[in-house]
Amino acid sequence: MNWDSKHKKTVYILSAVLMVDFIYLLISGGTDYIERIIIGIAINIILALGLNLFSGLTGLFSLGHVGFMALGAYISSILTLPLQTKNANLPDLPGWLAHVQLPFFPALILAALVTMGIAFLIGIPLMRLIGPYVSVATMGFLVITQVVLTNWDTFTRGARTFAGVPAYTSWWNAWLWALFVLYVVLRLKFSSFGRSMRASRDNTIAAESIGIPIVQSRLLAFCISAFITAIGGALWAHFIRAFSPKSFYFAQTFSVITMVIIGGLGSVRGSLAGVVFVTVISEILRNLERGITLGVITIPPMYGSSQVIMALILILMIVFKPTGFFGETEWKARDVIRFFKGFFSIISKGNNGGH
Amino acid sequence: MQLEYLVQQIINSVSIGSLYALMAIGLAMVFGILRLINFAHGDLIMVGSYATLLLNTLGLPFWIAALLGILISGLAGVVMERVAYRPIRGASDVAMLLTSFAVTIFLENLAVMIFRATSRPFASPVILSQVVKFGGIRVSSLSLISIGITLVLLVLLTIFVKRTETGISLRATSQDLIAARLMGINVNRIIVTAFIIGSVLAGVVGVLWSARVGKIDPLMGFQPVLKAFVGSVVGGLGSIPGAILGGYLLGIMEILLQALLPSNLAPYRDAFVFIILIILLLFRPNGILGTTAKEKI
Repeated sequence: MNWDSKHKKTVYILSAVLMVDFIYLLISGGTDYIERIIIGIAINIILALGLNLFSGLTGLFSLGHVGFMALGAYISSILTLPLQTKNANLPDLPGWLAHVQLPFFPALILAALVTMGIAFLIGIPLMRLIGPYVSVATMGFLVITQVVLTNWDTFTRGARTFAGVPAYTSWWNAWLWALFVLYVVLRLKFSSFGRSMRASRDNTIAAESIGIPIVQSRLLAFCISAFITAIGGALWAHFIRAFSPKSFYFAQTFSVITMVIIGGLGSVRGSLAGVVFVTVISEILRNLERGITLGVITIPPMYGSSQVIMALILILMIVFKPTGFFGETEWKARDVIRFFKGFFSIISKGNNGGH
Repeated sequence: MQLEYLVQQIINSVSIGSLYALMAIGLAMVFGILRLINFAHGDLIMVGSYATLLLNTLGLPFWIAALLGILISGLAGVVMERVAYRPIRGASDVAMLLTSFAVTIFLENLAVMIFRATSRPFASPVILSQVVKFGGIRVSSLSLISIGITLVLLVLLTIFVKRTETGISLRATSQDLIAARLMGINVNRIIVTAFIIGSVLAGVVGVLWSARVGKIDPLMGFQPVLKAFVGSVVGGLGSIPGAILGGYLLGIMEILLQALLPSNLAPYRDAFVFIILIILLLFRPNGILGTTAKEKI
């Protein structure tokens, strides 16, 4: 039962090894690399919280949120593309779009609003479905966006790379958005809306009988979470600056899901932990994947191995600790104090052992 | 000429519908018992195809390689159940769904690691790539063989499910797992049986599908299975007749869309398939043959 205490030592040793490796990566990568990781974490927090808001509150699991991310990314990029690049890359755009070049903030908001509108439209039929059907139907939505993005050359350059997106995302605006989203999601979780959603997740019939409008509130949660995810997608687009429809498919879906599930579905702090965990692990794995030389032994590049390991981690997590690191709980001041107390006691013990 | 074209298209859609039906049956059996959406079903198709291709290049005759490939796919299904799905049996729907998604990612990337992401040509014997003529009607021999094999399999499956004791236990388990266990049915054995049947069918689909497309790659199974799942949802999820109906409907829909869509919309075919699903779900959330299961309070 008590998984934590039994395997604590192994977990500590493993994480120590990983941290050393990661710090080595950071030092050898330089400030640019560190900044990229910091921005990446902020964007992943937005994406994970977007999914967590919907799935944690409603108990329905969306496999299509990366579709919203893609919409946010493409719409915001089309709106902000410098006119010259736009004429060269997307020559067939209709006039009203061809001559438009918006600043970052309005483009971001507009992209998120349009995405929210689309989420509203597809949410009307989807939110009436139960459990697994929602997951499959949202995955259907992901396939639809993929097909449309790959074929609608006029707006998206089709399967080719969409490049030349201005680099508007910086560490401070990414983190500003991340903190804003964090605040909104936490407030929503403990609002009367959030509580009634969680009630209807745990017992639909009972919730319905006390007058909670289930379909409408699910739809609302879906729309808000699509808005957040689109913001994340737009920030990602202006961070990466060149992408193709393939960037928004199952690999990305899987990575966001892993973050949310490892931390604990429904827990905001869980998502934060999951994001940091997955970001760090996948940076390390990506380095290993390219192949490394350890003295005389050379490990050849093995593409796909990082995903294989992530999938294993997720399966093991679901089998041994299905609620993730944190279940559905949030931090309280008390826990923070206890954490530091424990931390210092471990350190002082370690010192005593050394003498 | 018009009539001949129509007949040709009907045979075409029935043959592709047969493959979808075979996939949908495997999905429906597992879903009916465990409420598990097995995304990794597509990877069983991939396993069967790669096994066939490898054995064939090792020098085995195609048909023996295909037979062994199908058996390997069945074995992979059993291993998948034992290793990944049994430990989480009885977990929440979301946990099972995510496990199957993780298994998919695992198997696909394992295949990328071993075989590379690029596709490989899948050479099939001449008999599968001939054009048969009846008067003015021209159909590929592969279509006819697909339809024939599927019919035989469907008859065998029906006999199995209706007449044999294991088949009856299987239906009982899918109706109510706990009650079936109380009646002395070995549920583990039944679940393994469902996985064996499903993954052997997936292996058959793998061989026929690869022969149809002519090349295979590690991600080949995912999209077709997703569509087959759509089919089984439309037909009525968890019921075998529903899965068969849904599979054939899907085949017909695909060929119809191919014929009717103007050429500039043709690449969007898959998008339309999923849009039709979402619209259908609006009117019949439990599928065409599905019954509304009343939840007990």
